[in-house]
Amino acid sequence: MKTAMKLLLASLSFVAASAFAAGGADVHLDKAPINLRDTASLQRGAKSFINYCLNCHNAQFMRYSHLTQIGLTELQIKENLMFTTDKIGDTMVSSLEPADAKEWLGSVPPDLTLSARVRSPDWLYTYLRGFYRDDTTPSGWNNTVFANVAMPHVLHDLQGSQAMLKSGERRDHAGKMQPIMKLEIDRAGSMSPGEYDRYVADLVNYMTYMAEPSALKRTQLGVLVLFFLVFAFFVTLWLKHEYWKDVK
Amino acid sequence: MSNAPKAAIAPPFPGIVGNAIVWIDARFPLVKLYKDQVGEYYAPKNFNIWYYFGALATLILVMQIVTGIFLTMNYKPDAKFAFASVEYIMRDVSWGWLIRYMHSTGASMFFLVVYLHMMRGLMYGSYRKPRELLWVFGCMIYLVLMAEAFFGYLLPWGQMSYWGAQVIINLFAAVPIIGEDLAVWIRGDFSVSDVTLNRFFALHVIALPLVLLGLVAAHLVALHEVGSNNPDGIEINKDIDPKTGTPRDGIPFHPYYTVKDAVGVVVFLAVFSAIVFFAPEMGGYFLEAPNFIQADPLKTPEHIAPVWYFTPFYAMLRAVPSMFGSQFPGVAVMGAATLILFLLPWLDRGKVRSVRYRGPIYKRFLTAFVISFLVLGYLGVVPTTVWGQLPKGLPLIGGGDVATIVARVLTAVYFAFFILMPWYTKVDKEKPEPERVTF
Repeated sequence: MKTAMKLLLASLSFVAASAFAAGGADVHLDKAPINLRDTASLQRGAKSFINYCLNCHNAQFMRYSHLTQIGLTELQIKENLMFTTDKIGDTMVSSLEPADAKEWLGSVPPDLTLSARVRSPDWLYTYLRGFYRDDTTPSGWNNTVFANVAMPHVLHDLQGSQAMLKSGERRDHAGKMQPIMKLEIDRAGSMSPGEYDRYVADLVNYMTYMAEPSALKRTQLGVLVLFFLVFAFFVTLWLKHEYWKDVK
Repeated sequence: MSNAPKAAIAPPFPGIVGNAIVWIDARFPLVKLYKDQVGEYYAPKNFNIWYYFGALATLILVMQIVTGIFLTMNYKPDAKFAFASVEYIMRDVSWGWLIRYMHSTGASMFFLVVYLHMMRGLMYGSYRKPRELLWVFGCMIYLVLMAEAFFGYLLPWGQMSYWGAQVIINLFAAVPIIGEDLAVWIRGDFSVSDVTLNRFFALHVIALPLVLLGLVAAHLVALHEVGSNNPDGIEINKDIDPKTGTPRDGIPFHPYYTVKDAVGVVVFLAVFSAIVFFAPEMGGYFLEAPNFIQADPLKTPEHIAPVWYFTPFYAMLRAVPSMFGSQFPGVAVMGAATLILFLLPWLDRGKVRSVRYRGPIYKRFLTAFVISFLVLGYLGVVPTTVWGQLPKGLPLIGGGDVATIVARVLTAVYFAFFILMPWYTKVDKEKPEPERVTF
């Protein structure tokens, strides 16, 4: 019986391990430095989101009023962040009409409220830093994690423009020489690479918050709940031992 | 049934509560019910860890009903508003996120607990005479639970909800002759639409929960009629203490098992809370990333896979080759894999019930069965190309995806466990059962 249990547990953990391993993507993603407690970063990210992303994309499930959760006052929100509406309870909707977007960009930009949950923060962080010039696409831009994306590099005046250059060669497993490609900035933007990384990190931090505004509260509450359950475990265990003393 | 007045009971407590119980008991069998089902229901004293999962399944059932009621207050079963109403629950409804995560985590945990509960029944022969009907009710609960989960999965109206429902309903279209009409009848439309969402909502929130509650009641009544089995698989009712008139190896459910189950409940809630509060998506297995995109009938997701608890059967479906241009053989195999469970009490010819006293052949078959179920579950999650290709031109199989060949072998193992059972349980060298339970 013991061996059967062990076998069962072993096969369970094998299944779990291989199931999680199967989730990996082909493209290497950089780790996004997410910190939902950093309200200054979230506020900077909200500002960038509204200034850049919201021109074309919606965040139709995110209310402006919820920005009070990241330490802004209603007055600050109204005066600095609201351009398309004057009702604080409204959700973030772009003034770009879907039909116009289809004509100008080739497709309707997706809603961004939940994109951090659809794609993952790491994906967004890599994507927003992975644009490079490509004359073969309609927009003149391409992307390392989203090939032939319709979106142009909106932040190019900050990052500058990158080119995909050959930096060397490497032998693949079939023995053929393969080029190693590398992104290089060929025209500087208004920010240094380090500044731009931090800028995108703030933006992705905000988008992660926006995808699940309750995330911070959730984990904070979870710690309390688990502490209570540990306490309850010892109480019920003691009670069980008291009652079961007379079972022989 | 006589109409003679019932003798009044003595008040169990002093004061108004005791008097109220006396008043009620004169009109309703309150004390009798309590004694029969709880206070003087004798359960074997040697239950081990596997015996927690029945109580835990009941707990989850209650939790799903309560959280479900609160979700219904803000959810809109309308293809235009369903997705947005779920986000509204997550953002604007007070504690809505907690209620929703409890419900979504509860669905997966329900299956986990039910699978462990069924495993217990399998190991200790809890389906054997006189518990055949108890087992059959349990199998029916499992089937209804699968339907309940499937209908509920469409309601968030995400991409995976939509396309998952599309794929599963299309399976019914593979039934010969009536298939197409059957699929249209289920959907109420030619593809999954608002009409489908509305009827799935009705089935999920009222029709199937009613059936489920009825079946759970029948499951419990049958259990308390025949008494619980135990890890030794011997009847405690054969050994009655003449002094007390109760089984020597039995203890009253309350207080002994109520306090013991309380420990199990707390441990379960710790695991449950760890998921709800720290990993509600569970790495994409409880809440899948594509389901955070609203359903789009014009855009098929790259990789459609059912939720993890259906994947063993899904792997079987994919493994069975289509015949005469029809997918029906796979569908039939998948259906047979769930229905064959019902026959278990009549397939087992062993003299002992518990795996503790079974012979080596049974143990090997059981182990192979469990491994095949788990590996099929894994294969149902991943694309069939996961283990690469066999070299072309092999004798008999002739090449193809390694994973598909493995899934075929494991499907055969799954069925062999049942089909060969009358033979191997009969010829197996079993050990003698003890007189009294080991405690």
